[in-house]
Amino acid sequence: MGKLNIPVYLDYSATTPVDERVAKAMMECLTLQGNFGNPASRSHVFGWKAEDAVTEARANVANLIGANPKEIIWTSGATESDNLAIKGAAHFNARKGKHIITLKTEHKAVLDTCRQLESEGFEVTYLDPEDNGLVDITKLADAIREDTTLVSIMHVNNEIGVIQDIGAIGALTRSKKILLHVDAAQSPGKVAIDVDAMNIDLLSLCAHKVYGPKGIGALYVRRKPRVRIEAQIHGGGHERGMRSGTLATHQIVGMGESFRIAHEEMEAENARIEKLRDRLYDGLKDMEEVYVNGDLEQRIPGNLNISFNFVEGESLMMSLKDIAVSSGSACTSDSLEPSYVLRALGRNDELAHSSLRFTLGRFTTEEEVDFTIKEVRKAVEKLRDLSPLWDMFKDGVDLDTVQWAAH
Amino acid sequence: MAYSDKVIDHYENPRNVGKLDADSENVGTGMVGAPACGDVMRLQIQVDDNGVIEDAKFKTYGCGSAIASSSLVTEMVKGKTLDEAAAIKNMEIVEELALPPVKIHCSVLAEDAIAAAIEDIKAKREKKAESAA
Ligand SMILES: Cc1ncc(COP(=O)(O)O)c(C=O)c1O
Repeated sequence: MGKLNIPVYLDYSATTPVDERVAKAMMECLTLQGNFGNPASRSHVFGWKAEDAVTEARANVANLIGANPKEIIWTSGATESDNLAIKGAAHFNARKGKHIITLKTEHKAVLDTCRQLESEGFEVTYLDPEDNGLVDITKLADAIREDTTLVSIMHVNNEIGVIQDIGAIGALTRSKKILLHVDAAQSPGKVAIDVDAMNIDLLSLCAHKVYGPKGIGALYVRRKPRVRIEAQIHGGGHERGMRSGTLATHQIVGMGESFRIAHEEMEAENARIEKLRDRLYDGLKDMEEVYVNGDLEQRIPGNLNISFNFVEGESLMMSLKDIAVSSGSACTSDSLEPSYVLRALGRNDELAHSSLRFTLGRFTTEEEVDFTIKEVRKAVEKLRDLSPLWDMFKDGVDLDTVQWAAH
Repeated sequence: MAYSDKVIDHYENPRNVGKLDADSENVGTGMVGAPACGDVMRLQIQVDDNGVIEDAKFKTYGCGSAIASSSLVTEMVKGKTLDEAAAIKNMEIVEELALPPVKIHCSVLAEDAIAAAIEDIKAKREKKAESAA
């Protein structure tokens, strides 16, 4: 440990670098000397070898979530998995009912899929989370109707890192005989998943948030009791007809290896990352007017989403040019709206515009955290000196009483 | 998003940051935008008896382009008469800072800030003229 890599990467929830061990395994599946065959080729050793590699990867992915390898369907990523799960289940069960329940803080891959279904005549309830980002189970129970066929709730939120109580949600949906889909793109290696204990029917995964490659993911589809979905991509009948297309051996091997490592190293890694995250928060929390977004306890170790009141997020990122983070602000003409996730928590727009998301990961060091604390404090101070809102706050003006010329 | 060198220069070395006495009869204050929209500009001009802007100060809450636009505007208005300042168009700011299309609203806000500051000082002066009459 003990290295400062500039620029400092603190955006692990956007994507992660591929672990060297994963890259090595992948590179062995490409060239003539390597394992390049088509796993669907049944007539020769090239195909068999590739199939063996895919089988091993499938077992590694299944193992991390407590599933049977037969329940894993390869896809191109969590976006495709979300589409396949939600559209596939909604369409298959359309005769039973056309009502779906989801959460306002879901990833766009879920929300936009639900929007699409609405345009096809489905009805969708978008639940509000509580102010800490978590679902109130009684509100979910109240939203369930006779014609509800599917509930889609994410496990770990990508912006604020809060962890939903999927076990409690699964107990409810199972008792009502409603399917539960869980977007777990952000979970592997950070929080345990057990599809049986949690009564999950469909679960979306991807590799690139877990030190695996981009462009590969998986959908868990329960076999007992059997969950049926309509395929969205048709062709050679791969993946038991649920997702056709030649399997990308190198990508799959990469995902398998990344999940194997995540499963093995999860405990030690989380302990280390949590310490760093707490160090980061401790280094910032004594500043005036800083607010953590989302529950601090029910949260993955690597996430700190924090608002620096009276400072706009995008300008803050501009000051932090040696640190890669993301912001809940979006100051562009196509979207003056700040993060819909923070707004759904009931955060006012000012605080949403003033937010930064730091996500720490496998290669984050103490030196990088200390550097970040120093830089952030300097930048916030500079921008507050520039901020008319800070002036007003310091003069005791209540900004909520000011008549703003909204534009 | 990549910023132009000029935006970065104004952002890193903002000109004329500060506050003038808003109650002074020679000072016009324009505050535009809203915190909920992610940008608020406060532009203040100090005007001499001949209607020439002799000083300008700003503070801005907003993205880098908003900060750069207001910083630039303080430079542009100094030495101008109120009428000349009122004639400044947002496209001049866009060109000078090489703002991309998604940031044009920052320049519009800066133009609005000039107009609001001018309106404020004119209103003050009319009021003074009325009470003198
Ligand atoms: C919660 C969540 N769902 C879905 C996705 C989309 O995943 P992918 O990039 O693999 O399509 C992401 C990542 O951006 C995510 O964080």
